[in-house]
Amino acid sequence: MTVVDKIAPDEAKAGARTPPRPTLRHRLSRWDVKVSPYLYIAPFFVVFGIVGLFPLLYTAYVSLFSWEAGDDDPTFIGLDNFKELFADTQFWNALENTVSIFLLSSVPQLIIAVLLAALLSARIRGATGWRVGVLLPYAASLVALGIIFANLFGPKYGLVNGLLQTIGLDPVDWQAGRFSSHVAIAIMVNWRWTGYNALIVLAAMQAIPKELHEAALIDGAGTARRFFSITLPLLKPTLIFVTITSTIGGLQIFTEPKLFDAMPGSNNGGSSNQFQTVTLYLYQTAFENYELGYASAIAWVLFVIIVLIALVNFFLTGRLTAVKKK
Amino acid sequence: MRSIRNGLVLALGITMTAFGLAACGGDDGGAPAASDPNAKVELSLATFTEFGYEELIPEYERLHPNIKITHRKTGQGGPYHQDLITKLAAGSGLADVTAVEEGHLSNVLDKGSKFNDLTKIGPADVSPDRWLGWKYDAAKTKDGKVIGYGTDIGPLAMCYRKDMLEAAGMPSDPEAVKPLFATWDSYFAAGEQYVAKSGGKAWFDSAAQNFNAMVNQLPTGYIGSDDKLAVESNQGIKDAWTKVTAAVAKGQSAKLTAFSNEWNSGFKQGAFATKVCPAWMLGVIEEHSGPENAGKWAVTAAFPGGGGNWGGSYLTVPTQSKHPKEAAELAAWLTAPEQQIKAFKAKGTFPSQVKALEDPALLSETDAYFGGAKIGQLFAEQAKKVAKPQYKGPGDGQIQENASSPALQAVEQGKSAAEGWTQLLDAAKKITR
Repeated sequence: MTVVDKIAPDEAKAGARTPPRPTLRHRLSRWDVKVSPYLYIAPFFVVFGIVGLFPLLYTAYVSLFSWEAGDDDPTFIGLDNFKELFADTQFWNALENTVSIFLLSSVPQLIIAVLLAALLSARIRGATGWRVGVLLPYAASLVALGIIFANLFGPKYGLVNGLLQTIGLDPVDWQAGRFSSHVAIAIMVNWRWTGYNALIVLAAMQAIPKELHEAALIDGAGTARRFFSITLPLLKPTLIFVTITSTIGGLQIFTEPKLFDAMPGSNNGGSSNQFQTVTLYLYQTAFENYELGYASAIAWVLFVIIVLIALVNFFLTGRLTAVKKK
Repeated sequence: MRSIRNGLVLALGITMTAFGLAACGGDDGGAPAASDPNAKVELSLATFTEFGYEELIPEYERLHPNIKITHRKTGQGGPYHQDLITKLAAGSGLADVTAVEEGHLSNVLDKGSKFNDLTKIGPADVSPDRWLGWKYDAAKTKDGKVIGYGTDIGPLAMCYRKDMLEAAGMPSDPEAVKPLFATWDSYFAAGEQYVAKSGGKAWFDSAAQNFNAMVNQLPTGYIGSDDKLAVESNQGIKDAWTKVTAAVAKGQSAKLTAFSNEWNSGFKQGAFATKVCPAWMLGVIEEHSGPENAGKWAVTAAFPGGGGNWGGSYLTVPTQSKHPKEAAELAAWLTAPEQQIKAFKAKGTFPSQVKALEDPALLSETDAYFGGAKIGQLFAEQAKKVAKPQYKGPGDGQIQENASSPALQAVEQGKSAAEGWTQLLDAAKKITR
């Protein structure tokens, strides 16, 4: 019986017998195979649909209207919000500020993060303690940091100016000047994010095979040479990742400039918008002036800018892996 | 901020919270018809910061066994009013009795259709002469609806540092300083004198504080009665600007933005000799100057240009309310002189009711920190000096916060007066577009 059964497939290949009708159980299991995977991944897509995709599309819809909060029937104005936005000096000013603060914070931040990681990956006593230490600023409350730093950078009674005067320099009115305010805000951002990025870079460093370093040592390469010729090239993908996340974060910078303003609760970003960022301007437009349509247009432009940068990142990483394959 | 996934988790959290709130708020479970006098009526009351109503609510419930009151308190005024405008827009979610601050009143008055006219639904025995005339009139919409009952006010006086004026060889007695604070011209002239005699010390804390008071005293403010921007056509605003910026140029301003950390420190450091002082500012001065400066501050019943008001609130009944009549009754009772005196004793909110201003409990109030000054009597006197309310059109508050105050701050940070004026105009035009 069993033997016959085992030969049966051969017979089936030979003879063109109709397959037996699948039982209900059989069909259920077929559906199971087909449908279950979708059910397993559904929660993410449902949640994303509700809190990600729908708001995104609805924001696009709202941006086509002149929509004051409280309007019963907002007027459809097509792309007028965007036209106005591209002619809006305050928006361009905010974008410049955002990019300026981003550059002032991200560039030194990444350099310091890599050097910090190199230090942390060296054999030091209490390595874990140091590693936790660099993450501490990240664990502290952002709002508390903002308030403390705004205090430190106070023009009259701030500690920073106090120190400057002790060493014989002139005090700086940090909030007044465009550049000085950007530097102060960038210092706040760096204080928080450098350690976080250092830990990511450190993880990548730990993953670099020891054999490479050993081989280089035998070839007589020094510490610096090994760092530049082995560590850095192999860190490239991680560095790109860190750069992109910094960019996305940097373009959305909001809390630091908001708290840096001397006028409590102000969304102006300084007396002449000298450190108003795009997100701060967006917030002000939506929740202080209640121009929801215009704010939605700002949100979408910001979204597009971030997507463009993400695409640049995608092509960069693509080219890098292609180079490796050669 | 940094990670998209964190953002999603956060967004999900917020959404869930919102759903949760939506599920348990908003509906008060089929309100019974108001015609049945014994039916339980649930009212909600929304206030921000400190109104001093904690003791009054149980008292009202005792007097009206069929009423149950839920009191929603918000800590800060800014977020409270944002929430108010949002819920006004959404058409639901506001409390039956909703407090509105004077500075945000203009944003509410131009949506007058969303509020009940209290002259129509309020108790018949509530007459306009319960309040100071200017206080009552300020809550009138353009078409004559009264949408709010006044709670408290912030009549303006001048606070000054006795010791610092003495050191500069200037009069320092509350009676003797009155001529210095008679008009804005005399005030800035005295400031010039003080800067010269004190070796370059500042006369006031920041330009914006004076400018706001000056603009408020004008017959027309930033917005004309036609709801159009009136900054350019209004010579009074330009004159006030010229006077204030001239004083800044002469070193009279300590350049400390009001309520900033630096401003707080400025009190302790004695950074300025005088300060525009609404009734509630006394507590702020005491808190920031600290016990070591007790008795150095004084206050006098004088204010440049007569009088003025800064602060105070109203209780409104939005049309969203399911029980407008009961809500109006509650608002009327809370804003009666007897109750406002109790609130004043509890939290120091200065009453806006004529009878309350004659109450011995208020008139006998003194302030030890200010050398035992009879502040109750003093501010009651100042409250009667306030002229008729200026019409506040839509956007008025935003122009003050986001056009004139930042422009003056920019001047204090080194911009020329002309550049600052241009900045004010541009920002004001943008706001009222």
